[in-house]
Amino acid sequence: MTEAVDFKPESPAREAWRMFRRNIPALAGVVVLTIIVAATLWGTFFYDGNPYRIVWAPHEAPGMTPDFPLGTDYLGRDIFAGLIAGGGPTLAVGAAAAAITMVIGVSLGALAGFYGGWIDNLLMRITEFFQVLPTLLFAMVLVTLFSPTLTTIALAIGIVSWPQTARLTRAEVMKIKELEYVTAARAIGARNRRIIWTVILPNAAPPLIVSATLTIGVAILFEAGLSFLGLGDPNTMSWGLMIGTNRAYILEAWWPVTFPGLAIFLTVFSVSLIGDGLNDAFNPKLRER
Amino acid sequence: MSASFLFRRLVYGLILMLGVVVLNFLLIRLAPGDPAMVIAGEMGGGDQALLDAIRTQYGLDRPLLTQLGIYLGNVLRGDLGQSYFFNQPVATLIGNRIGPTILLVLSAQVLSILLGVFLGVIAARKPNGALSGFVSVVATVGYAVPVFWTGIMLIILFASVFPIFPVEGMQSVRLRGAGFWVKAVDIAHHLVLPAFTLALIYLAQYARLSRASMLEVLGSDYIRTARAKGASERAVLFKHALRNASLPILTVAGLQFGNLISGALLVETVFNWPGMGRLAFESILRRDYPTILGVLFFASAMVVVANLLTDLSYRLADPRLRGKT
Repeated sequence: MTEAVDFKPESPAREAWRMFRRNIPALAGVVVLTIIVAATLWGTFFYDGNPYRIVWAPHEAPGMTPDFPLGTDYLGRDIFAGLIAGGGPTLAVGAAAAAITMVIGVSLGALAGFYGGWIDNLLMRITEFFQVLPTLLFAMVLVTLFSPTLTTIALAIGIVSWPQTARLTRAEVMKIKELEYVTAARAIGARNRRIIWTVILPNAAPPLIVSATLTIGVAILFEAGLSFLGLGDPNTMSWGLMIGTNRAYILEAWWPVTFPGLAIFLTVFSVSLIGDGLNDAFNPKLRER
Repeated sequence: MSASFLFRRLVYGLILMLGVVVLNFLLIRLAPGDPAMVIAGEMGGGDQALLDAIRTQYGLDRPLLTQLGIYLGNVLRGDLGQSYFFNQPVATLIGNRIGPTILLVLSAQVLSILLGVFLGVIAARKPNGALSGFVSVVATVGYAVPVFWTGIMLIILFASVFPIFPVEGMQSVRLRGAGFWVKAVDIAHHLVLPAFTLALIYLAQYARLSRASMLEVLGSDYIRTARAKGASERAVLFKHALRNASLPILTVAGLQFGNLISGALLVETVFNWPGMGRLAFESILRRDYPTILGVLFFASAMVVVANLLTDLSYRLADPRLRGKT
């Protein structure tokens, strides 16, 4: 008598996690990003400094006084305190903008890809129209016309950056809707909306998750650019704003612009390492048994 | 390439531009506050005579559709409104600034494609080699660095450590009366840092893309044939393979153009480059809406033209598309 072979296929999510776990750059990205998020959330409990108050002589170099490890800016404000306080708004706007981008992009892309015909045609023309508008310029116009608050900034970034997500979603949905399990779902009488939400989109998730991580990175850079130009929320500290306000004095002091820039870079870099890691983890060609 | 294809793309481009004009109109109407005040900006905000003049000029007391008609008519006549801050027609203002922006954007585009594709091609020869690894690291880094910060870092480096490139402006004041070539060299000298800063982000993307594209092409039969008939390695890489790998690069180059203009906006601000981007920045600080919307219009027009050119070059590069309409 032959014994039945015990074969349990690994779930795709577990398999992806197994791949991701072995990707050292991606794990480094997770660690760095966790540290940055933790520092912006709870940093003030360990380091009490007011980023707005003038606490020392202007342009104190980093490492000269233990009280101000990263030095002071042109007004004599603590740069390290600014980094901790400025991270929150940057990250929050980045995440919110990415969420808005994904919501608009995935909905429009799914509608266009699933229904095809004139709906697809109309939505794709709208997408092309939005792709013609230079993103940063359009966001600048929106932010200035509707007064810069964290909400309008996140909305503006979302409104200008969804087209790529919409195109990606559309392509994925068009590919998946021809597959047999979609026909099967239709055969058991599922309605269109149900098919889109419970059959197609979950199967389109891997590339969309990867694109979402990249979108977060782009949104953070976007927020930094807007605040650098002085179009951020005037009432909150942010990394871009620190670079923008200290820009006039770069030849006297390099540190007030260098550290916030490094913070933005490290954040976006770790986000994109995570994105690359997810991309590899979801890619069946790279999986070994 | 058929004439009807060209004609249809042109008409489509014009429709897109019409859409931009309508959007500009809607933006002014949707902004909170009195549209006349919005158009006048903060500078002329209090002046009743100016507000009245604007109301008549834009027909703000008439129905919305009439207003849209008036606005469209103005734009068609080349009248993008008046900048009440600079006290000049917006079209003139932008006309003075568009040249430097095109120069900067095109130089950055050419630089990033040439360097990026070159890096990508030589990296594709050894997919697991050190150079390949370097290219993917550079690509990830290039994507993550804020472009305005790169510019500032380069300014610090080249202003205080290696003062070989000018870090500000487009021309030296002392060369005002010089001849054409002296001026051209001077502008090129000023262009180095801004163009390189802007190119750096996209260079990484082109390197990554052309590496992937080349890897795919290098595995195909006609490459083996080319090698078998004894073609030199350089001919195989740059003639046989690159030509076939260039289509995705072209597509991305076209799609990137809008982003490139956005990047130029930041780079121009950092390097005081006298282009449209800095004009947009200055007008936004002054709430000079006619100028801002004018820049949005012209920048979108540049993207439309770039898309059109990409479509055309795509057809030239891919013989399979040539007969189709």
